[in-house]
Amino acid sequence: MDFERFIFYFFAAVLVFAAGRVITVRNPVHAALHLVLAFFTCAALWLLLEAEFLAIALVLVYVGAVMVLFLFVVMMLDINVSPLREGFIRYLPVGLSVAALIVIEMFLVVRARNFGADAVAIPARHGADYSNTRELGSVLYTDYVYPFEIAAVILLVAIIAAIVLTMRRRPGTKHQNPVDQVAVKSSDRVRLVKMKAEERQ
Amino acid sequence: MNIALSEFAPLSTEIFVLTMACVILIVDVFISEQRRIISYALSLATLLVAALISGSMLDNETAVVLNGTFVSDPMAALLKTCIFLITIGVFMYSRSYLVARGIFHGEYYVLGLFAVLGMMVLVSAHNLLTIYLGLELLSLSLYALVAFNRDSAEASEAAMKYFVLGALASGMLLYGISMLYGATGSLDIAEVAAALAARGEMEMIQIFALCFIVVGLAFKFGAVPFHMWVPDVYHGAPTPVTLFIGSAPKIAAFAMAMRLLEQALGGLSADWQDMLTILAVLSLAIGNVIAIAQTNIKRMLAYSTISHVGFLILGLIAGTTEGYSAAMFYAITYALMAIGGFGMIILLSRAGFEADQLDDFKGLNERSPWFALMMLILMFSMAGVPPTVGFYAKLSVLQAVIHVDMVWLAVVAVFFSIIGAFYYIRVIKLMYFDAPLSEEPLKPGAELQVVVSVNGLAVLGLGIFPGALLALCNAVLA
Repeated sequence: MDFERFIFYFFAAVLVFAAGRVITVRNPVHAALHLVLAFFTCAALWLLLEAEFLAIALVLVYVGAVMVLFLFVVMMLDINVSPLREGFIRYLPVGLSVAALIVIEMFLVVRARNFGADAVAIPARHGADYSNTRELGSVLYTDYVYPFEIAAVILLVAIIAAIVLTMRRRPGTKHQNPVDQVAVKSSDRVRLVKMKAEERQ
Repeated sequence: MNIALSEFAPLSTEIFVLTMACVILIVDVFISEQRRIISYALSLATLLVAALISGSMLDNETAVVLNGTFVSDPMAALLKTCIFLITIGVFMYSRSYLVARGIFHGEYYVLGLFAVLGMMVLVSAHNLLTIYLGLELLSLSLYALVAFNRDSAEASEAAMKYFVLGALASGMLLYGISMLYGATGSLDIAEVAAALAARGEMEMIQIFALCFIVVGLAFKFGAVPFHMWVPDVYHGAPTPVTLFIGSAPKIAAFAMAMRLLEQALGGLSADWQDMLTILAVLSLAIGNVIAIAQTNIKRMLAYSTISHVGFLILGLIAGTTEGYSAAMFYAITYALMAIGGFGMIILLSRAGFEADQLDDFKGLNERSPWFALMMLILMFSMAGVPPTVGFYAKLSVLQAVIHVDMVWLAVVAVFFSIIGAFYYIRVIKLMYFDAPLSEEPLKPGAELQVVVSVNGLAVLGLGIFPGALLALCNAVLA
């Protein structure tokens, strides 16, 4: 077993372990951290496939941004996960049988005879001067410019939808008005009232 | 690779709609609540101009541009024009409803335009990647629209169900597409078809991919047994959104089925015809039978949609040009009937009151004979009674099915249509022979009156003169 193969099996094993832990641990924070581990090992596997740009993008975007945000949400919202687990045992037989069926079907179809090294040509190896990022960029803005633009529109719709569904001006929302704060005078804050001295009892 | 500027010419409709949607988004931010009508007018103008542009492309020759990701052919031009016209109707129906409930926001129209853009992408897709992206653009806009009325718990629930099931369906479709990519080595529809024509050892994978693609399609169509979301979403969504979901996207779904099944997977037609037969028969049976038990008219129309989808699929099963053009005619005319049917609910509703029960239609003839007549035409058309357009839609589909010697399928379809006629005619009975529950006279706005009348008369007019549209459907597929 050469070194590259060793690295592959090492990261693959870690990936399977981490992915399994994501759905089995009870603590949502631990689950999120295991997902981070899964993304990281996935990125390492992509590096082996010479997809350097995608590997780094995965770490930066998913680990750096998405999962951190996710962790924030998990920590901020005190989600009680126990109601979500109700019925787990009840649905387990159905779920397991469906999963087993799909796995068997997939095994019959997606196996080495169809997608193995004999059936599909092994991709060519590239030298150290080969830039994966440049290759991606050159097809992204030429061959795939139309799907790329549609993807951009989808992101725009996602932003609009998120704002439409969450932004609301409720009465009684507390907010600051800096102009008023700066322009405030002592007379606005303290009102002197003349009163007669009360008699001593 | 350099892209010549002329390659963008066939995309002019898409570019126009996208630009205008962004312009309306910006304009809407700067106008006051009282002038919201400007966004509305701009949206209608956009759709009208887009309909003119795509209508003028009807005679253009087929052009595949942008590295095979986009196709401009007569079918795309016709379907896009129909989508624009139907959406104009949707927007006009929805204004009074939104105004009365204080949710007349520009975002409704912006999201609607983006959904239209998604449909256009679907209709003109020539690459499996574009099909998927168009579908996502359409679905994402629709999810947001369903949840548009944020204060309604029902709408939020419907949006959640729609989102989860829609995501599942997209996943299925994507998995099928990835298998197809594995089997053929390409995402381009023409190349996939060519690879499938040379059927080799990858046969098993192709069928596997086909299963997932058909499941994904059936989810989007709402065909039985992938229909569970339809009644809940139609019921829970605000009526103008139900109107939208139930109409134009069906035309886009037809186009998607054509691109995927006929153009890409035409080589596997023997396999998908069997799958579609099951879907069609189940949809016809379950849609029509369960609709009888509904007391809520939105749910009733949802089940009716399922049965109509069954009919539409019959045209695809026939697998001939005649069958495809019949299915196209069915999709277009069904969209026209659907906006009318849901539009009548908007007409009878007012702020704080949803006329979505069958009983709300009682005695409509006494309150307003004209609108009762319009509803009569629409219901007869959905049931398939001559001389309305629904009759010709059903007739041409049945003809196509009989011409490929599937008489039993035609018999099944007719049998369930007769069962289905019961619940349409029940609405007519309620309108004409029952006493009204409220004596309150109907006072819809002028706009709503006009659009309902035009809609009803169009259903009748197309029924008396179906030749032009039928010929057009034939011509664009020839």
